[in-house]
Amino acid sequence: MPLRAKVASSVSRTAAALSRAAGRGDGSVIGGWIGLKIDPDLLAHLSAGRAIALISGTNGKTTTTRLAAAAVGVLGRVATNSFGANMPTGHTSALAKAGSTPYAVLEVDEHYLAQVVEATEPHVVALLNLSRDQLDRAKEVAMMAQLWRAALVRHPDIRIVANADDPMVVWAATPPATHDQRITPPHVTWFSAGQRWHDDSWVCPECGSTIQRSGEQWWCTGCPLRRPEPQWTVDDEGVLDPTGAWYKVKLQLPGKVNVGNAATALAVAAEFGVRPFDAVPRLGDVTSVAGRYAQVEREGRLVRLLLAKNPASWLEAFDMAEQAPTLLSINARDPDGLDTSWLFDVDFAPLRGRQVLITGDRAYDLAVRLEVNDVPFQHVRTFDDAVRAVPPGRLEVIANYTAFQDIRAELDRVN
Amino acid sequence: MSTETLRIVWIYPDLLSTYGDRGNVLILARRAQQRGFRVEVLEVRSDQQLPTTADIYLVGGGEDGPQALGAQRLLADGGLHRAVAQGSVVFGVCAGYQLLGTSFFAKGTQYRGLELLDLSSDRGPTRAVGELAGDIDARLGLPPLTGFENHGGRTHLGPGVSPLARVTAGIGNDGASEGAWRGKLLGTYSHGPALARNPALADLLLRWATGAQQLPPLDDTWSDRLRAERRTAVAAARA
Repeated sequence: MPLRAKVASSVSRTAAALSRAAGRGDGSVIGGWIGLKIDPDLLAHLSAGRAIALISGTNGKTTTTRLAAAAVGVLGRVATNSFGANMPTGHTSALAKAGSTPYAVLEVDEHYLAQVVEATEPHVVALLNLSRDQLDRAKEVAMMAQLWRAALVRHPDIRIVANADDPMVVWAATPPATHDQRITPPHVTWFSAGQRWHDDSWVCPECGSTIQRSGEQWWCTGCPLRRPEPQWTVDDEGVLDPTGAWYKVKLQLPGKVNVGNAATALAVAAEFGVRPFDAVPRLGDVTSVAGRYAQVEREGRLVRLLLAKNPASWLEAFDMAEQAPTLLSINARDPDGLDTSWLFDVDFAPLRGRQVLITGDRAYDLAVRLEVNDVPFQHVRTFDDAVRAVPPGRLEVIANYTAFQDIRAELDRVN
Repeated sequence: MSTETLRIVWIYPDLLSTYGDRGNVLILARRAQQRGFRVEVLEVRSDQQLPTTADIYLVGGGEDGPQALGAQRLLADGGLHRAVAQGSVVFGVCAGYQLLGTSFFAKGTQYRGLELLDLSSDRGPTRAVGELAGDIDARLGLPPLTGFENHGGRTHLGPGVSPLARVTAGIGNDGASEGAWRGKLLGTYSHGPALARNPALADLLLRWATGAQQLPPLDDTWSDRLRAERRTAVAAARA
């Protein structure tokens, strides 16, 4: 590593440690920010000599990154940005902090995938899904798929692990010349992790015709784009690998969604030569991910935190939550997106019959939504009020990004 | 209303539903039911023929590609024009508002609109993103408009329409006026579930559709609180 990069890396680690010591955060952004100021190529320098996997998509990337890092860990030490700091500053911090490791598994914000691919020259890129998320400032879904495709088409040497169930992902993963999906390009491996949310992929990104669905199949009515045959699939609490072997996956993380994330993690690890047989037990050791799914005892209530940032991830959170009193908290600060319109894209009906409490900066938007949805609710001012309003036992908390961080801070930054 | 049942058509949810547009369908249906009307909601996809005898038609927001495709299908179908000729109510939001006009821009190309409203849209110098507020045309007798806008278009009104509101915050059509209406057709840049924040506007559409001079008041405690909170937030941002 050039001297400038060594200095930058060292200063980056020190800044991150200072930030943590000062109680200002995880230190996972500030360190990388300072390091990149000293050496703009620091991320590339820190990446050199490592076999790297990048994991991107709208939802599930933090959890899938944690699971994939656990799976690749079979082979040796793995650097990873486990605090969800998923932009180049976070990647730089994570690699600087980890020191020399043979492997790295990095979660990448979908907007930064092209840039991080260029800087890190990854061995494998996993594409999870694309759906509407913070549309007031984020790129529209079709535009994002176009950016992914443009970035990946320049690197046919990179292995791609992609979700066969999401038309936008399939299109982004496949070079233009081979968009007849009956011919899978040799560098692409398809997985099927299911897709509950279909409302962003009714229009073909290739030709603009309608996409039709029947069961798990989908196809464009105007061009050859269609669901490719996945090599990795999910089946009753287990994962089928490309040879047809079935592995029972016993996770501590809730919901079918996470079995899908586990399948993705196994597919990523397999690209490094990890056998599912060796990786599966490690997936069961993962208990919570940057506070997501964390369980904390508070005044006799067992509080569990679920993060839901956009319509697709709310559907998944309802699948994970138990039939128990549930607190919903909504903010609309910058990291959340300023627009709450998406609340009407979520059907809250699964919450009927549970005791529902609402809080957060934008609780009134949620109140109007729940009223129309025939879901009775009670508005509380604070998290503590919510805890006291429910009987002893489980309290499920579903919150969007900054609301989740607010509650996590109340619970002493639980991980 | 042509029959005992209030029929609401949601036009092309497969194309034009990007920002919680379903909210407008749900709110109209609920507020009608609470007044004792029977309600039938039809979601008509872009590969289906549009019924011509419904009472209210909703056209929502969408990305450029789906907007252009939606306009093309509606022109080919012709059903919405027949419905309007028979006196149906049309509520257009964002992309759905633009395509009711004579022309609009999508993906850098000018497209022909439905020519149901005398207005045309082009691209503005900046994207309009944020809170939108305005004082609504006094003839409609409604409290101020509140909403959120997110669009790159600017809309120019012809003499055949009236602006829906005079802008007090945000951009709307051009920074001065927002939305447009004529007869029983109304469009706004207040996107997505615009009626969630503007229940009186929902009731206006219901009165147009049913012919009722007045509708019994409903308990709007939560939307009143939401409106007050947004008004305060907009005022604070301006101060």
